[in-house]
Amino acid sequence: MSRPTPLRGVHESLGATLTDFAGWLMPLRYGSESAEHNAVRQAAGLFDLSHMGEIFVTGPQAAEALDHALVGHLSALVPGRARYTMIVDAGGGVLDDLIVYRLAPEEFMVVANASNYPRVAAELTERAKEFDAAVRDRSEEYALVAIQGPRSVEILSTLTDADLDGLGYYAGLPAVVAGHEALVARTGYTGEDGFELFVAASAAEPLWAALTEAGAPHGLVPAGLSARDTLRLEAGMPLYGNELSADLTPFDAGLGRVVRFDKPGDFVGRAALEPLRDVPPARRLVGLVGHGRRVPRHGYPVVVADDGTVVGEVTSGAPSQTLGRPIAMAYVDSGLSSGLAVDIRGSREPVEVVELPFYRRKK
Amino acid sequence: MSSIPEDLHYTKEHEWIGGVDDGLTLTVGITAYAAEALGDVVYVQVPEVGASIATGDAVGEVESTKSVSDIFAPVTGEVVEVNQAVVDDPSLVNSDSYGDGWLFRVRLEGSADDLLSPEEYTALTSGES
Repeated sequence: MSRPTPLRGVHESLGATLTDFAGWLMPLRYGSESAEHNAVRQAAGLFDLSHMGEIFVTGPQAAEALDHALVGHLSALVPGRARYTMIVDAGGGVLDDLIVYRLAPEEFMVVANASNYPRVAAELTERAKEFDAAVRDRSEEYALVAIQGPRSVEILSTLTDADLDGLGYYAGLPAVVAGHEALVARTGYTGEDGFELFVAASAAEPLWAALTEAGAPHGLVPAGLSARDTLRLEAGMPLYGNELSADLTPFDAGLGRVVRFDKPGDFVGRAALEPLRDVPPARRLVGLVGHGRRVPRHGYPVVVADDGTVVGEVTSGAPSQTLGRPIAMAYVDSGLSSGLAVDIRGSREPVEVVELPFYRRKK
Repeated sequence: MSSIPEDLHYTKEHEWIGGVDDGLTLTVGITAYAAEALGDVVYVQVPEVGASIATGDAVGEVESTKSVSDIFAPVTGEVVEVNQAVVDDPSLVNSDSYGDGWLFRVRLEGSADDLLSPEEYTALTSGES
């Protein structure tokens, strides 16, 4: 049985198609997922992301504990700022990708993926043992609502006195939104400007209603996980389980920049990752663009167009609304950048190798 | 959920078949129920005109944002016409499943057996939803 979020009733009343995602009953789409995707690119979309995990790390050595537990340099993070980072195992394999918010000098919020956060909470608890810091999984208490798209600032500013213009990308601040206490963060997973609002579970419904009403004149629509997935794919953002897994290191995923060897002290995975930092990985994460309309999908082989030799594997693929062509991310043998095809259910469909992301918003 | 037309026949694979009671040339499409479940259809592959197809054969595919599904031949016969409009604009499967979103026409060889009545298809889909 999938777990509902605090917004299940809202989704049902909107006629959403619900789906199981990582054990949660989530809205896949409300109407046309293409229309939802385009609304986020052109106006704004409203997402329920309450399946994400919120793990708090607090105490005098909270920063040191996170420096040890994660690959990033979290003690260098200024309160009010956020950072994209990862937790790896001793072998350097990625256990999850995370956003860590420093709420106060001794208080951090670690946001983990729905499928991983119980494991992340357990690992953090274990890794923080030697430090004067407490780890608490508060995922049950929180709902997460995201408003994403170029009109997000205008819409949200009608509901809060918070200084949104002063809130930079990857920053967060406590604020009152539509009468509800919230952590307002300028983060997202769509490639657009936007905000993520962490609120008490009980505030989720009234906050959703207020955002819906304030957003209606600006073209805001509710958007489901299907649109979220195509939006993040166009933006070249990795999804755990597709582009990231425990079998891959951050370097394999082309994200070695998140590993901070220059931070003080040892950290879990350091010994395994250090020798890899200057070694080019055997395969590289690339973007693929198809010429026809058939879509390369997760798990399909990337092959040499001429002879069918397998040289890689698709990790995510979808029809791109923005490009009007199928796009995919794939791990492909390093050095290959032309003459490739994807084996789509038995037929070789030629693809072009492109640099990620597929889409970058105009500032 | 849109209503299920009374004048069509259906399969468990969520296809509709028109013209079973009238003659030998049957029209095949995808039900609104299936189109709704697929989401926005982005690609339709139909069999070629002149192809001989047999009941249960995979003769084409329908691809949406999130998934891809085979089209199965609901009857045995020869394909006599395909809907180029739906190949060019696959969203017709979503917007007009029982009309402009038809996929192909087949000249029946033998009889159209094992098709579901509208009542049976209604029961099938209400059990799934």
